[in-house]
Amino acid sequence: MEQTQNSKFMTLKDAISRFVQNGSHISIGGSTANRNPMAAVYEIVRQQKKDLYLYGSIMGSGPDLLIGAGCVCGVELGYLGIGRYAPTAPCFKRYVESGRIRYEDYTNFQMALRFLAGSMGIPFIPTKSSLGSDIVNKWGMDEKFRKSDGRISSKKLIVSTNPFNPNTDEKVILLPAINPDVTIIHAQKVDGQGNVRIEGLTFSDVEQAKAAKSLIVTCEEIVDNAVLLAEPQLNHLPRFFVDAVVKVPKGAHPTQCYNYYDLDVRFLYDLIGASRDERDLSRFLEKFVFGVANHEEYLEKLGEKVFQEIEADSGLGYKSGLNRRSK
Amino acid sequence: MSEPFRPNELMAIAAAREIKDSDIVFCGTGLSIVAARTAKKMYAPKSIIFFETGAIDSPLWDLPMFVADSRVMAGAAIHTGLIDAFSMLQNKKTGPRTVSILGGAQIDQFGNLNSTCIGNYASPSVRFAGSGGASDAASLAGRIIVFIKHDRTRFVEKLDYLKSPGWMEGGTSRCSEGLRLGGIAVVITDKCVIRFRESEKSMYVSDYFPGCDVRSIAEDTGFELDISQARKIRPPGPEELRILREEVDSEKLIIS
Repeated sequence: MEQTQNSKFMTLKDAISRFVQNGSHISIGGSTANRNPMAAVYEIVRQQKKDLYLYGSIMGSGPDLLIGAGCVCGVELGYLGIGRYAPTAPCFKRYVESGRIRYEDYTNFQMALRFLAGSMGIPFIPTKSSLGSDIVNKWGMDEKFRKSDGRISSKKLIVSTNPFNPNTDEKVILLPAINPDVTIIHAQKVDGQGNVRIEGLTFSDVEQAKAAKSLIVTCEEIVDNAVLLAEPQLNHLPRFFVDAVVKVPKGAHPTQCYNYYDLDVRFLYDLIGASRDERDLSRFLEKFVFGVANHEEYLEKLGEKVFQEIEADSGLGYKSGLNRRSK
Repeated sequence: MSEPFRPNELMAIAAAREIKDSDIVFCGTGLSIVAARTAKKMYAPKSIIFFETGAIDSPLWDLPMFVADSRVMAGAAIHTGLIDAFSMLQNKKTGPRTVSILGGAQIDQFGNLNSTCIGNYASPSVRFAGSGGASDAASLAGRIIVFIKHDRTRFVEKLDYLKSPGWMEGGTSRCSEGLRLGGIAVVITDKCVIRFRESEKSMYVSDYFPGCDVRSIAEDTGFELDISQARKIRPPGPEELRILREEVDSEKLIIS
């Protein structure tokens, strides 16, 4: 295969140690419990990265596990939860309520717009969303702290008026762009040159990917370039955005991967349950993260049967009839 | 005699009755999706359901458990992402047609909502998931339907954090903040349906649920609530309950 000659293709261990440093500003793709780059998250935890500063819009399992493992010092967020499974992400909740993490609240749209601005190379972007609310009025990080790290914007946001029509006093909120040091996404297909195809909703992955200084893409499959070129309208990222590609089948487990596998409901319940308590979570991490050398060993530990149970039905993208209630 | 039903079944049905054929419904999960699906099957077959994650016109063959669930993607007319989905709320053509169904941890007398935290923002006693898409919808959507449990811890004089702008301080104050469209149309609790007066934007109970006493509804509210026009709501009909139980939430994922 063509990938062997391409230096972008590497192991997960190498990708994380090369592009994620202590103190890195990072963003994680996927949303709630869909297409989170979980294998990469586990590897960050395994390498015990510290003081990561996290950005995300509709976040869930991956970012919450990074917080719970003590890798994150601050987060700028729209949402951190897993819908009906965990209305508030359990680690985030514990860390905020015990004062162990810095946070700044924006709306989901605002966070997506900030990535878009970053991807476009512009310094800020306007919206009307949240005018009059405490998202404007209450700041989690003051200007003094913001000055301490040049990567954090000097202000949370600015309320301004439409400069094209100053007489109407039309208000807008100006949001600072985000350019993470590194973004990690999990995609279904990447070709041998590093072109990326995401199947199903893209969430804000494309904007997050293009806004980042470095981009790691983990994927279910490496396919021939001809496969992606046969239908270019379905592709999302050209190869020159991509700094590292890692083939990690089942790399989103226990979250969903559209067209490939559904949620591992039992595992997700166990993870959410463990995440509510520091000691339970460290036992969980000991077993599934520190107790295995890499993702292949993790999959061996889970066994093949679970993946047969959650394999997506063709044409649906998920497993019809899956028991989604509990154990 | 009407069939026995649960309060949250009537909540979903009351919300479904609010949806019109021309509506583009910005849908969350939980009760809001039960309401939107029931509406589409009974009252507004032409309404369109979409999700903030980017799924437009999802048929929802199975109920999703979170907004990014692959179940919002299957069979949808278009797969896109957050930017496109939220832009439909802000877009001048589509925005006024959007309706959003939101929940909340606290509500004040002008329909402003909080579901960010309880207590001080910087050191809260209880922290929730965050602003999410609710603040976007409350700011930008054509109209808002709110679901909230009716008690004094939720119906409060002052919110701990004003996440989702409703009618702000009443009257024209929402418009003065720069939010020219939208606003809270109706609040549906487990006891009653609340609407807002045209000019002052103050709350009044329009309908109360069977088995609820209007005076106790007022007592369960942390501010003065006008109950003078409250009348008894039409109870859920057999067809409404059948669709909700057998077609919309047959797995009893939301209502159980």
